[in-house]
Amino acid sequence: MVHFLTIHQLLEQLRAGELSSREATQACLDRVEKVDGRLNAFISVDATDALAQADAADQSRAAGEDLPMLGVPVAIKDVLAVKDQPLNCASKILGEFNSPYDATVIQKLRAAGAVVFGRLNMDEFAMGSSNENSAFGPARNPWNTDCIPGGSSGGSAVAVAADECIASLGSDTGGSIRQPAALCGCVGLKPTYGRVSRYGLVAFASSLDQVGPFTKDVRDAATLLQVIAGADEQDSTNVPEPVPDYSAALSGDVKGLRIGLPREYQVEGLDPEVKAATDAAVKQLEALGAEVKEISLPHTEYAIATYYIIATAEASANLARFEGVRYGARLDGADPEEMNRKTRGAGFGEEVKRRIILGTYVLSSGYYDAYYLRAQKVRTLIRQDFLKAFEEVDLIASPTTPTPAFKIGEKTGDPLQMYLSDIYTISCNLAGLCGISVPCGFSKAGLPIGLQLLGKPFGEPDLLRAAHAYEQATDWHTHRPNLD
Amino acid sequence: MEYEAVIGLETHVQLKTRTKMWCGCANEYGADANTNVCPVCLGLPGVLPVPNAEALRLTALTGFLLNCDVPSYAKWDRKNYFYPDNPKNYQLTQLDFPSTITGFVEFELGGELESVRINRAHLEEDVGKSFHFADYSGVDFNRAGVPLLEIVTEPDITSGDMAYEYLNALKSILEYGGVSDCDMEKGQVRCDVNISVRPIGQQELGEKIEIKNMNSFSGVRRAAEYEIARQIEVLEEGGQLVQETRRWDDDAGITDSMRTKEDAHDYRYFPDPDLMPHRPSKEWLEAIREEVVELPLARERRLMEQYELPAGDADVFVGDAALGNYFEEAAKGLKNPKQAANWVINNLQAKLVETETSVADLKFPAVAIGELIGLVEGGQISSKIAQEVFAEMFASGKSPAIIVEEKGLSQVSDSGELEAFCREAIEANPGPADDFRNGKEAALNFLKGQVMKASRGKANPQMVGELLAKILNG
Repeated sequence: MVHFLTIHQLLEQLRAGELSSREATQACLDRVEKVDGRLNAFISVDATDALAQADAADQSRAAGEDLPMLGVPVAIKDVLAVKDQPLNCASKILGEFNSPYDATVIQKLRAAGAVVFGRLNMDEFAMGSSNENSAFGPARNPWNTDCIPGGSSGGSAVAVAADECIASLGSDTGGSIRQPAALCGCVGLKPTYGRVSRYGLVAFASSLDQVGPFTKDVRDAATLLQVIAGADEQDSTNVPEPVPDYSAALSGDVKGLRIGLPREYQVEGLDPEVKAATDAAVKQLEALGAEVKEISLPHTEYAIATYYIIATAEASANLARFEGVRYGARLDGADPEEMNRKTRGAGFGEEVKRRIILGTYVLSSGYYDAYYLRAQKVRTLIRQDFLKAFEEVDLIASPTTPTPAFKIGEKTGDPLQMYLSDIYTISCNLAGLCGISVPCGFSKAGLPIGLQLLGKPFGEPDLLRAAHAYEQATDWHTHRPNLD
Repeated sequence: MEYEAVIGLETHVQLKTRTKMWCGCANEYGADANTNVCPVCLGLPGVLPVPNAEALRLTALTGFLLNCDVPSYAKWDRKNYFYPDNPKNYQLTQLDFPSTITGFVEFELGGELESVRINRAHLEEDVGKSFHFADYSGVDFNRAGVPLLEIVTEPDITSGDMAYEYLNALKSILEYGGVSDCDMEKGQVRCDVNISVRPIGQQELGEKIEIKNMNSFSGVRRAAEYEIARQIEVLEEGGQLVQETRRWDDDAGITDSMRTKEDAHDYRYFPDPDLMPHRPSKEWLEAIREEVVELPLARERRLMEQYELPAGDADVFVGDAALGNYFEEAAKGLKNPKQAANWVINNLQAKLVETETSVADLKFPAVAIGELIGLVEGGQISSKIAQEVFAEMFASGKSPAIIVEEKGLSQVSDSGELEAFCREAIEANPGPADDFRNGKEAALNFLKGQVMKASRGKANPQMVGELLAKILNG
């Protein structure tokens, strides 16, 4: 049952010599073998490489070394570059591409002793909210395999929730960590923009993307964030803000912590069970000593439109490099233009094409001012809404998603309906805040529900403190899907 | 009807940095294809650009050299277009907040001082280079990501000659400032020309036509001359010009249409979200301003005024800045700097060429040139001996005085010793001696030559002449 362990539980046993990294890694690989046929969280697993890393970790430990995550198996979303491993972004267009370099977060994981393994399923190029837009087939919710796990980091959430790894990394552009974490019943944290290096994260929308952890509890989220956060010379948008000791924030004490509830978040379409669960969670925090008050984020209704203009505009340029000239799949043509059209036409999925077209359109001559420029202005207003709110409160609480996981195929015909499922998570990226989703209950159908907490820029300690105090007072995070 | 041409130039110049604009790969010409490449300059998935501080410094320096402002805020934009040599399929450039703006370049044209205003010099990245083989094409990405400065003029140029002189002036400024080597053959300078013509007196501009593909400054001149004539001809024949891009065919000496405005690219520029805006600090700018060197035209004028040099000499010292600096060092405190210029140009430069060395390799200090001139002026050595001393200075680095002393090259001015030489010469050459006595003055020069030869050049020639005449007439 080693694969059920959290990072700190596993480290305790590794440090006590009760368990080896090889055993832990093998347990994860066995678990993948056993359940992933049903879940499809992993696109691929290089077991040999994982076990070699585990053996190296065991040797280091035997030689007296200890590191923050020495020997802990961590699985990786297929959007992060890992040296000599496939990098597909769940797309056909990258073909047989293997990355020749490690992303900065991967280097940091390795430096912390972690065993980096697996390529986790996702929506193609991180575009989607259900993991249905994957060239490798949908990942499935471990609580009900007819349901979506959320997206885009669906595989990252499933792998943690189904104990196929000890923790995982995903990326969050408009909710792609928090939303699947909520729908799969694990902890997902999106760090403040600029907190974690984006070098080696294949860009969807550069001004919104952040790498973050999926874990089984809040303490693990603090540990994993500690390892991956920090300045990086290779990422100019990284902020040279000192990294605090996140574990020190886990005091359990939320007395006097001010939590805001945005008036504008009481939207139509908010599922009553989700509302009840998150209301109860806020009550719980209040009972623990937090002060709860209503706040206003007046530009909330423009967030989704703003997001889909900025994100798609950036994506249209970011994804231009995939045309088969230097790497990836290529379909030949009579000239470069034809080669381009054929390669990209066949290589990208529908949603990716839709977004590239949308992004190309909003940047086009004559439309730029009306769409892109205006969206940037609204983005500033949205950010100001939050900064103003954070003068009155320390954190903002809301449901992570308006509904629990929906059925696979339920919304694929209606992209707009799909986009609306990101309503609570999207503003956080536009404003450059940090956010976390923690399990806060289950629907009658047995699907997990998540509580989202948003913090001010570099407010991760408050975020972790509140999430941890709530977790200590509840047992939602200990529930496991039955996969036997 | 009389027409006038309105010309603006866009000149791309590769900056002389050790590494590329966004990564640590070498900025080096002539390496094997695709050896100076890495994930960043190949546009691999997940990479991010990091600005090259030296490129930013050279850009600001160029701004100062071109009399530009260096604004306190500059930003990066993505210019989107697909081409196999463009690794990201967008090029990073500066659209509306460039690193330098509004300057001017001065140069001489037909003896007059001309000035062309600079609209901006913005920083961007170079792309790779395509090669076409029998049945496939390839791209060398060594050049991709090399820092490229695009220097855009206002439409102040009115002729092919003026364009040509502007480009030469620009090149020498950039070389002088150490900003770029400006080697056309290595593609370090590339130029596009925008040309329109209009009847003299007309305010509004004619249709702007862009010409590409000139690979030399004289090509730019010829293309401009051709295009001006072509456009005037079209208008005179009652035709219409349309805004278009034309390609210069250097062999045929003509331009052909490449594309018209209708199929012009929509580059969909937007701010690059991977890079922070550049906000140069006052201290940074001041430190760079201190490195600004004197520009060629200013230097030429100063050399002519300060040292009273002819234009030819000043040109030599502007063309070879190191030699010019050496001259200025040598001329310090000299009453007649022109003599130092003569030594530096006629002797030193020749010797450097002969030995394939440079000023930096010289073994003697510049002040030694002045000492040598002093020895000649003071009558210690003849100018002929001075040549010998100079050769020794060049070889050993010893000071002229020591060489004269060691080699016993001091001019013989002792009349007793000289008289002996003279009498020997007369005795050995009775014919010429008689010729002189019979009134053939030129014969004295022959005898003088014999004395100089016998004294191995050390005899004071003036005294020898006087002594010979005295003995023969006596």
